[in-house]
Amino acid sequence: MASVTGESVRGTARRSLGRTRPRYGELIIKVLLFLAAGLSVATTLAIVASLIPPTVEFFQRVSPIEFFTGTDWTALFKNPKYGVLPLVAGTLIITGVAVLIAVPLGLGTAIYLSEYAHPRVRAFFKPILEVLAGIPTVVYGFFALVAITPILQDYLPWDVDIYNGFAAAFVMGIMIIPTVASLSEDAMSAVPHSLRDGAYALGSSRMIVSVRVVVPAALSGIVAAVILAISRAIGETMIVAIAAGNRPNWGWNPFEQMATMTAYIAGAGQGDLPTGSFEYKTIFAVGALLFTMTFVMNLISIRLVRKYREVYE
Amino acid sequence: MSADAAVIRAAVTRRLEGTGRPLRERLFHVLLVTCLVVAVLFLVVLLAYVLAKGWDRLDSRLWTEQPTARVRRVDQSGVQSAIFGTIWVISLTALFCMPVGIAAAIYLEEYARPELWVNRLIELNIQNLAAVPSIVYGILALGFIARGPLGLGFTVLTAAITLSLLVLPIVIIASREAIRAVPNSIRDGSLALGATRWQTVRRQVLPSAVPGIATGSILALSRAIGEAAPLLLIGAAGFIAFNPDGLDSRFTVLPIQIFNFVRLPQAAFHTLAWAAIVILLAILLVMNSLAIYIRNHYQQRW
Repeated sequence: MASVTGESVRGTARRSLGRTRPRYGELIIKVLLFLAAGLSVATTLAIVASLIPPTVEFFQRVSPIEFFTGTDWTALFKNPKYGVLPLVAGTLIITGVAVLIAVPLGLGTAIYLSEYAHPRVRAFFKPILEVLAGIPTVVYGFFALVAITPILQDYLPWDVDIYNGFAAAFVMGIMIIPTVASLSEDAMSAVPHSLRDGAYALGSSRMIVSVRVVVPAALSGIVAAVILAISRAIGETMIVAIAAGNRPNWGWNPFEQMATMTAYIAGAGQGDLPTGSFEYKTIFAVGALLFTMTFVMNLISIRLVRKYREVYE
Repeated sequence: MSADAAVIRAAVTRRLEGTGRPLRERLFHVLLVTCLVVAVLFLVVLLAYVLAKGWDRLDSRLWTEQPTARVRRVDQSGVQSAIFGTIWVISLTALFCMPVGIAAAIYLEEYARPELWVNRLIELNIQNLAAVPSIVYGILALGFIARGPLGLGFTVLTAAITLSLLVLPIVIIASREAIRAVPNSIRDGSLALGATRWQTVRRQVLPSAVPGIATGSILALSRAIGEAAPLLLIGAAGFIAFNPDGLDSRFTVLPIQIFNFVRLPQAAFHTLAWAAIVILLAILLVMNSLAIYIRNHYQQRW
């Protein structure tokens, strides 16, 4: 709060330091800069504008009850059925497995880098972790299909499809480790040193300080990181399109072929469907659901990040 | 500076801290290191695997020949159209997203009053857009840019606009951090000498922020280079055996061409895909190194 007042005092001072007679050139520049910033709002509006009309037309023919409770998705076949649940199930399974891999590993990495590692060690490994997030997702997908799946098939005692959700989710989990690690580490670094010093002064060990003081104090930031990771996993397309097959599957076995919402959109969208066709509208209906889900999660995540910033800065 | 302070703090903490239960402490430490090692090891294995798989096919045919889906011609196949497509699309993306992104960052850092609801909305909106799935931008491209209101078709221009919108939030966020790092005393000094606000921004703030902005923009563009999902929806997925010759040309890019090869059943195409991946990763490596070099050598410390 104090810094906000400081900022506005500074703003007032700066305004009165400037010239008072209006300068129209300055005003034009300000308007241009504002328009550039406003383009982001226009982007969101354009996304919504491109989603809504086809989605409305979709729901004029398919009842929401069928869409949200049906367990068959055969939109591109004869006698199509439009139950979105298999796509949602595929998305949830893959996201779940990916997050189960990414959260423990990412959190462990974050605690290590924030509480244990020598500053030089941290400076060395942080960019390397970022590389992991920068590798194109087609590469991850191909690696899952060609390298991970055969290993699963050889070493697991049960049946594993050539295209399966688990291999896709596994590489996706590794890919989002940096997302979890870097945001959580930011949150942990923002925890004031006085909290740690207090715990040390009471004779706590480093592990106790990490687990009982730093992690709880940074919890909202950590939760925000996890939500952002979930949002990324839900939205990931290429890994799933390559390694998980693209057959909607109403079941909960991650070792079977499955399709996610994103994979359906990518699969149906590249076929160059005629603009007016009903198949074309299904892309937008599924896209609207996907956008809504990630939008809600992003808002929660943003809110949580703000919360921990307010507390400690 | 701050690194030295951190080293001293680490040393003091080590003297202060209790020992706990030594075995448990040690196990915990090992566990944490394991997490980091798993991630780094995966990266190393992945890179080694890519190199090993693509090595034999890594020759000039990749950039002198055009892609084909016919298995009898796989030996005379390359990814030239995809390399040229990537160069076209990414150059245009840089041209679009950097001026707009930097301008937006200047507005938010130097002009916007944070208490106004419009500015708060813009800020919230940028944070959300940064996390919108890339395939949703593909839907935007399909429904709004390629067809619909703008109607630009499945062209290089559509792809560049789409990718610009996709990486714009990243450019804005990085540029804002660079601008914020310039100390206020510089601005106040400039204003006190009678410079206008824009003169202050252009002559004092921006020059100091250039390295940070450049680093952030390069990283954003390297994200755009690897992006495939949104471009699938605007017709980049066909086998396109010609180089783009203008803004209204059809196109393909490296990640999409790799995806095309991956989907063919024959092993020869998979080898070709690995070789193309080596090229793609090499481009990304060069860009990342450049970004880190700029950050380390030109960044001003205040």
